[in-house]
Amino acid sequence: MTVEFPALALILVFPALGVLFNLFFGWRLGRGAVNVVGPGVMFAAFGVATWAFLTVLAMPPGGALAMHLWGWIEAGHFHTDLGLRVDALSAVMVMIVTGVGALIHLYSVGYMAHDEDFARFFTYMNLFALSMLILILADNLLMMFVGWEGVGLCSYLLIAFWYTNPQFAYNGRKAFVVNRIGDAGFLLGMFTLVGTLGAHGVWTLNFVELHNNAALLGGAGATAACVLLFIGATGKSAQIPLYVWLPDAMVGPTPVSALIHAATMVTAGVYMIARLGFIFTMTPSTLDLVATIGALTALFAATIALVQPDIKKVLAYSTISQLGYMFLGVGSGAYASGIFHVMTHAFFKGLLFMCAGSVIHALGDEQDMTKMGGLRHKLPITFATMFIATLAIAAIPPFSGYFSKDLILEAAYESGHTSLWILGVITAGLTSFYMFRLIFMTFFGDSRVDSEKEPHIHESPAVMTIPLIVLAILATVGGWVNLPDGWLWGNAFVRFLAPVVGNFKPMVEATTISTSLPLIASIIGIVFAYVLYIRLPGLPFLLAWRLKTPYDLLLNKYYIDELYNLVVTRPMFWISQNVLNRAIDSYIIDGTAEGAGLAVQTGGEVARRAETGNVQHYAFVYLLGALGVVAYYLYLVTGR
Amino acid sequence: MIPLNYMMSLSAMIFGIGVAGVIIRRNILVMFMSIELMLNAVNLAFIAIGSRLGSMDGQVIVFFVMTVAAAESAVGLGIIISTFRNRETVHADDLTLMRW
Repeated sequence: MTVEFPALALILVFPALGVLFNLFFGWRLGRGAVNVVGPGVMFAAFGVATWAFLTVLAMPPGGALAMHLWGWIEAGHFHTDLGLRVDALSAVMVMIVTGVGALIHLYSVGYMAHDEDFARFFTYMNLFALSMLILILADNLLMMFVGWEGVGLCSYLLIAFWYTNPQFAYNGRKAFVVNRIGDAGFLLGMFTLVGTLGAHGVWTLNFVELHNNAALLGGAGATAACVLLFIGATGKSAQIPLYVWLPDAMVGPTPVSALIHAATMVTAGVYMIARLGFIFTMTPSTLDLVATIGALTALFAATIALVQPDIKKVLAYSTISQLGYMFLGVGSGAYASGIFHVMTHAFFKGLLFMCAGSVIHALGDEQDMTKMGGLRHKLPITFATMFIATLAIAAIPPFSGYFSKDLILEAAYESGHTSLWILGVITAGLTSFYMFRLIFMTFFGDSRVDSEKEPHIHESPAVMTIPLIVLAILATVGGWVNLPDGWLWGNAFVRFLAPVVGNFKPMVEATTISTSLPLIASIIGIVFAYVLYIRLPGLPFLLAWRLKTPYDLLLNKYYIDELYNLVVTRPMFWISQNVLNRAIDSYIIDGTAEGAGLAVQTGGEVARRAETGNVQHYAFVYLLGALGVVAYYLYLVTGR
Repeated sequence: MIPLNYMMSLSAMIFGIGVAGVIIRRNILVMFMSIELMLNAVNLAFIAIGSRLGSMDGQVIVFFVMTVAAAESAVGLGIIISTFRNRETVHADDLTLMRW
């Protein structure tokens, strides 16, 4: 059942107004106005989103809200409209994006209090949220692509926000280019869908119509489309092999990191796969690919996070790792589990980044954890909230992460991906290890802060701590919407999403071991972190020294960046400079352009000789012309 | 009654003389007179055909042509006089300012 719900447009209108206001008037009206409008529009959008969400919740299962805006593209048989649609899946996503997004905007007011470029910052932030909302609310794949591109653009703008630093600007470009590679996959996937369905006379990208006609795709068409779309998802959601932009995205302001990692951008890939789950389900081989990439990414990124000294880098790799979990979940066919993890991850990862920002803020832009320590008494609120978030990401019950990660690993096990499940369990142990390493190095032990910074350490202002506290509550209770049967609402989240993404059908019976092992792995991780960083603080250095080769390998992120530089970037630059620039550009392109100019010039040089200025010459030519016309008509009349 | 062919041939000859005068003669005053010659050749043709068809239209058009010719000769002579005052020549070969 679909109900027309015109207020849906307001969810987009509010951030759009924020963008326009901050862009044109923000600088003139000053910090006060921007600080009200920037977060204000997000809270307004959150209000409307809540209204829409409650409306969907009150409808019978499978209900959806829609709003048709206007026709968009008509090309031959192909036709697509601009329209918004909120079903259970997009209702959950839109709540996450507007809710967590609004809190991050509020936090930014405090974080950016000393930055001169606050108006530009909030313009980009609002635009980022707007793009993500377009992506989520779109009722067709093409409009989704508009939002998809929009978040890519905004991530570039915000990562390179402090563009005067060449390295930051480079990292922004890197994010943009890597995303473009993924976007090419998305586009090709879309073309495949249109082409394959078009061959059967169905010309559409509308989700509902795609769903109704999915059977026409056939095995080959569905597989090609899904693989290509998944390439798009690996770019946006930072999976192997296109994850390299995300760690470098850390150079942006910390609220941006929080926004990218929690509310917007990286969850887009998971959302897209869940949205098109009806096609992915048709091709088990593609789903296996998704699950495999997810599990490998989860483990791979978690190992890198073990040794990183930079607090934000640890969090960045943990995001990649958690996204891997989400892909493992959707790849196992349990789309709801992936979206559930998107939600809890938005709470605890948004919180972790904002806490890290609070620490960095307090220490005067220090990100190196080896220069922190003992901060728990000086930053009590930050410590408490970050500890909760850490328990959540380490999947300790009853915190939210436990339920979502458990659901994913359960799905992986029950769908028969036993080896991937083992990778997931190992990753769970590594996750709790590196997260508690982060907590212990930052908040426990003796202070290693530079002595001149020591007296300036202060807890963040209320505008920053309030979002922390709200998110800490959500990170604690957020998982309770999907407790086991008989507890509270019992499986409410999965049941809510089931009409949209389908039910997960287990193939293998879960055992006591399979349900308890992830938790045991998490606890082992914590114990290891405790022993290494609290009881025997010298041991990590000894281990790093003894295991120098693997340690360096991890510290340098498996040299993947260097590998990509060697294999892709440097040859690309070489070809660009030597072939494209020197040969094609200098000779072919310039030759064509300059040759055309030269031909016109030479021709004119010759033709101008005809202009003698003597009126009798012109008269003579005129006479010839007149005679010609007369001769022509004579010929027409007489035929001779 | 003079046959129409004679009239048309005379008209064509006068017109041809006019054309030749415009193209060959270098004196712009003579070129100007040749143009008048061409106009009158056309007038002659109009009247001849008009009288042959028993229609007044030919004569009406001739009046128009004469009026226009009068106006044209007034303007044209003015231009020639002004040119002569500025350049001290009426030779078409010397008046080639509008050239490459």
